[in-house]
Amino acid sequence: MGEEQEDRKPASSAAAVFDAEAANGLVGELRGSFRSGRTRSYEWRVGQLKAIWRMCDEHEKDVVDALALDLSKPELESVVYELGMVKGSCKTALKELKHWVRPEKTKTGLATFPSSAEIVSEPLGVVLIISAWNYPVLLALDPVIGAIAAGNAVVLKPSEIAPATSSVLAKLVAKFLDCSSIRVVEGGVPETTALLAQKWDKIFYTGNGHVGRIVMAAAAKHLTPVVLELGGKCPVVVDSGINLQVATRRIIAGKWGSNNGQTCVSADYIITTKDYAPKLVDSLKKEIERFYGKKPLESKDISRIVNSNHFARLTKLVDEDKISDKIVYGGERDKDSLRISPTILVDVPQDSLIMNEEIFGPLLPILTVNKIEESFDLINSRPNPLAAYLFTNNKELKERFVMSVSAGGITINDITVHLAVHTLPFGGVGESGLGSYHGKFSFDAFSHKKAVLYRGFAGDATLRYPPYTKTKLRILKAFVTGDIWGAIRALLGWA
Amino acid sequence: MERLAESVAELRQTFKSGKTRSVGWRKNQLKALSELVRDNEEKFFEALYQDLGKHPVEAYRDEIGVVVKSVDCALSCVEKWAASKKASLPLLFFPSRAEVIPEPFGVVLIFGSWNFPISLVLDPLIGAISAGNAAILKPSDLAPACSYLLANLIPQYLDRNAVKVIEGGVDVSQQLLQQKWDKIFFTGSPSVGRIVMAAAAQHLTPVTLELGGKCPAIVDTISKTYDMKVTMKRIVGGKWGPCSGQACIGIDYLLVEEKFASFLIDSLQKILRRFYGENPRESKSICRIINNHHFMRLKSLMKDPLVADSIVHGGSFDEEKLFIEPTILLNPPLDSELMTGEIFGPLLPIITLNNIQESIEFINSRPKPLAIYAFTGDESFKKQIVAETSSGCVVFNDTMVQFICDTLPFGGVGQSGFGRYHGKYSFDTFSHEKSVLHRGFFPELEPRYPPWNDFKLKFIKLAYSFKYLELLLLLLGFKK
Repeated sequence: MGEEQEDRKPASSAAAVFDAEAANGLVGELRGSFRSGRTRSYEWRVGQLKAIWRMCDEHEKDVVDALALDLSKPELESVVYELGMVKGSCKTALKELKHWVRPEKTKTGLATFPSSAEIVSEPLGVVLIISAWNYPVLLALDPVIGAIAAGNAVVLKPSEIAPATSSVLAKLVAKFLDCSSIRVVEGGVPETTALLAQKWDKIFYTGNGHVGRIVMAAAAKHLTPVVLELGGKCPVVVDSGINLQVATRRIIAGKWGSNNGQTCVSADYIITTKDYAPKLVDSLKKEIERFYGKKPLESKDISRIVNSNHFARLTKLVDEDKISDKIVYGGERDKDSLRISPTILVDVPQDSLIMNEEIFGPLLPILTVNKIEESFDLINSRPNPLAAYLFTNNKELKERFVMSVSAGGITINDITVHLAVHTLPFGGVGESGLGSYHGKFSFDAFSHKKAVLYRGFAGDATLRYPPYTKTKLRILKAFVTGDIWGAIRALLGWA
Repeated sequence: MERLAESVAELRQTFKSGKTRSVGWRKNQLKALSELVRDNEEKFFEALYQDLGKHPVEAYRDEIGVVVKSVDCALSCVEKWAASKKASLPLLFFPSRAEVIPEPFGVVLIFGSWNFPISLVLDPLIGAISAGNAAILKPSDLAPACSYLLANLIPQYLDRNAVKVIEGGVDVSQQLLQQKWDKIFFTGSPSVGRIVMAAAAQHLTPVTLELGGKCPAIVDTISKTYDMKVTMKRIVGGKWGPCSGQACIGIDYLLVEEKFASFLIDSLQKILRRFYGENPRESKSICRIINNHHFMRLKSLMKDPLVADSIVHGGSFDEEKLFIEPTILLNPPLDSELMTGEIFGPLLPIITLNNIQESIEFINSRPKPLAIYAFTGDESFKKQIVAETSSGCVVFNDTMVQFICDTLPFGGVGQSGFGRYHGKYSFDTFSHEKSVLHRGFFPELEPRYPPWNDFKLKFIKLAYSFKYLELLLLLLGFKK
């Protein structure tokens, strides 16, 4: 995912500085609130979840406007991929919460007979959520929903790279949610550093691997568990013999139609066969034009690049000498409006910049192979991506792809949509992060699963206790290996 | 260092070959591990006696038996665990299919601990193998006989290209931590846990930290004589039974009402005599202290005059034999080191309260322990303990036995660590849950795609709230 906190903005002079001391005070306050037990009550959780839903419903326009300012995000994308997803998560949590909080009864074995046991989900305490700029509403509020559902007190640090959204979130959260337990801290690197110096009971970070390492190292000081939602270069393998038009449209929707490629699960590059590449490129061109017109730089249906830093980063990728002749489509840009048109490159070299960092923008390289099976090795020779996609009608290829490609998640014959399925855990592996969320997985990410074992006093076996003897050893062995007769024989003194 | 990097590279090669992924390989390795433990029982007893003076019964109960039971459980369940799980989908996604596939992380590192030098290495290994990983084991160098034995036996029984033991001390651990791992499983102290996690952060490696903490036992007044007797036995069994108190889930201190304290002390003394005889120094049924360093640490805990004054039973030690007598202390100062740090030894402080309910506040004002034990018949007090305190686990009316329940997740929270294992949880700890969504090319929903207009916005809004009827009306043009 994109670089968080890269351009520092001077803190506004009037406002008090949010330093480590202020952060400490804030955490202390929330800890007091958590200790009081208010966030543990089922009613509190439901009340807060409903409030988030209402907040998104009543202030749709404010949020859409903020997203337009920060990213020129089309209204539909804002309403559907940000607010719609948040509301969906609220609804799922509200509907399922009573099942989630219920202790899970478990069986107990012969060794502890007679006994009963359950697993109780308890809130971790005070948690920190640091979110990203590309989906500044969804990636902030979706984890908050999990944290609240699990009964935690929360501090949310929205990304300063989407300042309008950050400010709207701060205002709305203060207005709609219980400020004794849920707070927003706005700011950049200094504020984040101050927050990270505190002791948290969980840190949930969405962003890039570089900052992810800093977050985890800071968490290590306090033994705080972390969830790191990072990104990576998500590959799309396109086999021949498919419904090319549908595949192409789905790829476009998941690439340029998802925040103009500035999405952690977006298509980063395509792998297809040499023979099929020209057809694919033609189809992409045709559908892109149908979606965004002949002048995509002017289309209102596509987000812009978030800021000039990222604009410069992306132009550097396409301007590299060895790939300038690989562009087969697009490549237009407008520095003033921070727009880069959908750009397709074919057969870029493996050692080019564009193939060695997460693109996170509207550039789409297509790599070609002789046989589609070669794509597996190509993908597996790189760090694990957050998602991997395959378009094919070949059942065997599907199976092999699913089994041999390691990624956070996989979708066959579509892209990015697995993210919207709340019954699937969403999260990375390796370089793409650790931990997962969405639906019940969000609740679990912010819960401690406490084992509770109830024993009575009956059935106390002396063989547990000293003084230890040979007979005790024999009986114990018989029990452990499930040799009931052996145990009885030993108990009766026959063995 | 180079040799180490080579070992990791070799394991990575093995993992890449896909060999460890097959359920057949996993089962073979688990069977081999089971054989390893069963064939060499006597050797393990010997090594454990050498390192800790552990009696074979204790060794079997807490180490060999634990491994045997875990392997059996994994062998009978691994196929089920490794199978993909279907996930339900909303109608909107029709026709699609979703599943969650557990896949191995890759090459994992397991740090064992000296107090249960066999089970705390092999029990996590069972999880790592079940999940299809290659593993490097680093047993604790403080239990050298056990470490040496494992280093010798593992290559004889397990796949040498996939499971390796690396022996050594701090320097070797540091070198190991510089490598890139796909998962690190650590059992030990919070201070080393921090170092492990900080090193893991460099490679974004997920970690499980199994730490300890001061595990309290709340002892409510129990009226029935039989129940009281069982309680006393279980307290003694949970304090001095496991490695003479050198156990992360051993009882650290007792909380009891003041009026009940003297009876409690009398009863404990009686049981201690019954278990370890008049002269516990001669008893074969209790472990010694692991080494001189820890012996001196424990001795110095008792040095504080205020602490020394609070000793009501025991208190003697034998430096040569590294033996410390089971010792009971009544109300040592709460700010003494004995009560601020994890004791990890045969000293048992008893803290008295006016009312047993106060124990909740007492526990909550300290870091979260790995276990809370409570002896009580009061159902509402039980509920209160579960709801109002936080710990890795809670056990009512017994001690230690949660460790052998394969159905219960074992692991800490807060200061006592994070992540969990045992049974299926061990498998999960070493697996990545990969989400897989299978879609067809038909039907295709046109409103997914730009150029955007109001109709498409309405359509998607309805789709997102799963209002299928209204969606239909919209499509048919009956809805504006």
